[in-house]
Amino acid sequence: MNDAIKSAYATDLGRVQDQPLDEGGRHLRRLIIRAIDKGKRGHIGPALSLVEIIRVLYDDVLRHRPAEPKWPDRDRFILSKGHGCLALYAVLADKGYFPVAELDRFCHFDSILGGHPEVVTPGVEACTGALGHGLPIGIGLALAARIQRRDSRVVVLMGDGEINEGSVWEAAACADKHRLGNLTAIIDYNKLQSAGSVFEIQNMEPLADKWASFGFQVLEANGHDVTDLRRTFAHAMALPPNQPRVIICHTVKGKGIPAAENNASWHHKAELSDDVRQAIGLAEKD
Amino acid sequence: MRKRCLDMVYALAQRDDRVVFIGSDLSPGLLGEMKKAYPQRYFMEGVAEANIIGVAAGMAMEGLVPYVNTIATFITRRCYEQVALDLCLHDLPVRLIGNGGGYVYAPLGPTHQAIEDLAIMRALPNMTVTAVCDAEEMTRLMNASLDWPHPIYIRLAKGGDPIVSRPDKGFAIGKAIDMSEDAGNADALLVATGVATTAALEASKRLAEDGVRCRVLHVHTVKPLDSHAIVAAAREVRLVVTVEEHSVIGGLGSAVLEALADAGEAMPRVRRLGIGDEFAKHYGNQQKLMDVWGINAQGIAGAVTDGLARARQ
Repeated sequence: MNDAIKSAYATDLGRVQDQPLDEGGRHLRRLIIRAIDKGKRGHIGPALSLVEIIRVLYDDVLRHRPAEPKWPDRDRFILSKGHGCLALYAVLADKGYFPVAELDRFCHFDSILGGHPEVVTPGVEACTGALGHGLPIGIGLALAARIQRRDSRVVVLMGDGEINEGSVWEAAACADKHRLGNLTAIIDYNKLQSAGSVFEIQNMEPLADKWASFGFQVLEANGHDVTDLRRTFAHAMALPPNQPRVIICHTVKGKGIPAAENNASWHHKAELSDDVRQAIGLAEKD
Repeated sequence: MRKRCLDMVYALAQRDDRVVFIGSDLSPGLLGEMKKAYPQRYFMEGVAEANIIGVAAGMAMEGLVPYVNTIATFITRRCYEQVALDLCLHDLPVRLIGNGGGYVYAPLGPTHQAIEDLAIMRALPNMTVTAVCDAEEMTRLMNASLDWPHPIYIRLAKGGDPIVSRPDKGFAIGKAIDMSEDAGNADALLVATGVATTAALEASKRLAEDGVRCRVLHVHTVKPLDSHAIVAAAREVRLVVTVEEHSVIGGLGSAVLEALADAGEAMPRVRRLGIGDEFAKHYGNQQKLMDVWGINAQGIAGAVTDGLARARQ
């Protein structure tokens, strides 16, 4: 990667880094920390970069009914980077798909909330966790909607490390072939994968150009700016319906916990210290 | 068998609008009539098996019944994680039609020879594993497949296989078929799957001429295994010989041994005929490669004669 791109990302990361969180964002993060505290484990960094994206999807974009998770005409959302599931669980609980108290049983023996999403959880469309599976499944859902003449839309959220997988690009070519205007991919571009910087482990730049060359309409957003996300998603959904689209969301891994931000060692945590709880406004262990 | 299988996909599609066909870069014009009649339910996709399995899973989640077809090695080995997670973990009614089970693609070498497909498919929870013996039985399997609520692996043979199945024996997924004319007082039990059943029947005829009586159990469904029928038949004989065009590791022979062990009874001697633990070292044709391992009427008859002689010692 050349210096100009690196510098552009440094600037961009700074902008996203400085994005203040509102009370809604803090509330959902408290739910995530609560689950990690009770479950004694969890992929924290990958969940914290997703919070605003999933929240805006369920608040403003997806047509869904928490009391009727299998409503046939709903829009389908697949969290393909399944290790970010705590953000999804927090939003689903907050929306009433299941009681918030279920978060206290995260990863317990008989819990409905595991370390990766499974369809036993109300509101979860697909079991994910192994990477590179969500986009192909999403294409199947989108083609089924076309066959069954439903206007359901399909949204698939992937990680920036996940898109190293070849199956993602097999699927991208397939989505283009079928001109799947009812399919939207989202990339959580927090620029850190498990082992380190995505630019060092497996650079996928020029990322927007790659998706564009695969036939996608490409948009970008600040993944922690609720207003920008609302505007970008609305724009994406209004694009001509004969092409799949991708929204590259620039995010910060670990967003909201200063020690965790942009810190690859916070990919997964078993224990959280009191000052971390303090930072998130969860003063004491409950 | 392959032609019958694909013709049946079209027939089922005419009968039921849930049926979808997905091929992976197959022959030009394949299922052309279906493509013409139901363009929205006919998909000829690229060489991208991982994607195709995921796509089929997504369709099945919405109530469709996709029949996916490509070469057996590619639909099992290449996309094993997609089969395990997208299909089996979700327990979806997707049908995987694998061309060229066993040594069918003998001249093409080990890249195209599905010698462990039954084993790796059998190891997956929720997967149903089938290998019918001829085109007539394929029709019965395909009819039964439409409303089977789990994923199914359908192993295809070469085609033009002799018809040995009989309509009067019936067909149900998971039920072994006793192919013997007279099942009483058998000396040995032959348990076979796929076209190996044809060789087992031929062997039993030859043995009968020598006064050795064999019962032949045709196991078209390797999973769920008809353990009850196998254990019950094994109780009546001194020798069981399993026959399969498949590695001796993890296929029908292994499944039969597991069933007999799990029955917790004294079991008869068991001999397994199958492909040894190696990739093919030759080309030629399917039968020649099977002959290397004695997967033919002569080899089966020899295994029975030898096994019975040892059982008498």
